[in-house]
Amino acid sequence: MKILGLISVMAVGWVLIYASLHFPSLGDPASPANTHVSPRYLEMGEEETAVPNIVTAVLADYRGYDTMFETSVIFAAGAACVILLRIFASRPRERYYRHVLTGVTLHVLGDRKIPEDSDAFERIDRLWVPRDRIIRTVCRFLIPFIQIFALYVVAHGHHSPGGGFQGGVILGASVILMAITTNLRTSLERIGEKTVALLAALGILIYAGTGALCLFFGGNYLDYGALAGLLHVQPVAARSLGILIVEIGVAITVMATMIAIYRNIASAGRMDEGL
Amino acid sequence: MIWPFDLIILTLVILCALAAITVRDLLACAILFGAYSFLMCLLMALMGAVDVAFTEASVGAGVSTVFFVAAVFRCTRRTRD
Repeated sequence: MKILGLISVMAVGWVLIYASLHFPSLGDPASPANTHVSPRYLEMGEEETAVPNIVTAVLADYRGYDTMFETSVIFAAGAACVILLRIFASRPRERYYRHVLTGVTLHVLGDRKIPEDSDAFERIDRLWVPRDRIIRTVCRFLIPFIQIFALYVVAHGHHSPGGGFQGGVILGASVILMAITTNLRTSLERIGEKTVALLAALGILIYAGTGALCLFFGGNYLDYGALAGLLHVQPVAARSLGILIVEIGVAITVMATMIAIYRNIASAGRMDEGL
Repeated sequence: MIWPFDLIILTLVILCALAAITVRDLLACAILFGAYSFLMCLLMALMGAVDVAFTEASVGAGVSTVFFVAAVFRCTRRTRD
């Protein structure tokens, strides 16, 4: 079986290498991609959308449908993870508490519990890892800067590399970092499970809603120029602003999906304890 | 493109890929996938596709490595085959 697998992999690899020999070389001005649509985007992109970063203009304006359904795919992936992994049935209640001063661990069965704000005891996971003061302090300082950087990436996607997807992932990563350095319950207190689910849907709603609003104001679907009257700007500036609104929607969905996937994997769907 | 960089990165990409499928420790495998993604990100940046490189760095090398580590945390760390 292993030899059969090796032969099939070699055959597919040979076909791929053989096909790639016929590709136009990198940056070839005569290649089909560089002769048909690219010159149009490069020459007219900034004039039509007022966005210096052509990648963002193509992604969110010229190819707006693609990006909208890409966002839907991410939302669907997050929903699939939740449906597959999330376990709503409650298992027998048990909690572990650790006495902070002596390190004695209490195993509490049933619904009895020690108040959460107790100074003497802290609730711990079944697989307890000692908390490191250095890691916690550094991450505490780092997380706000990560989030500001994420917002910068979203908002500055017009002028520099970046945009909704990358910014959303970094924003989600900051919440995941918080869950790793403290525990899953702390991050669930900060941003709850229902909030995450609502945010994931809200992002798509912003994207699709912007498109529908364009229809309402007499343009085509996702033709942001039609929003000029609503935003009180020139049509070109309206396209730039429309791209920004859409990117914010993408960032919200991506952030919420990343958090939801991480939580479901790390807690095996139980949302009580995890990495 | 600068060919010595290209050669070094492509060699490391192949090494990472081979190591990721031969190593028996799943946590090491997750880290190797992260390194692989980061090297792919460098390749994209070398080719001038900065947006793609950024996405690869944040999604491939960042969050998906965390997902792998979280999944390894929930199952056994060593593989049998």
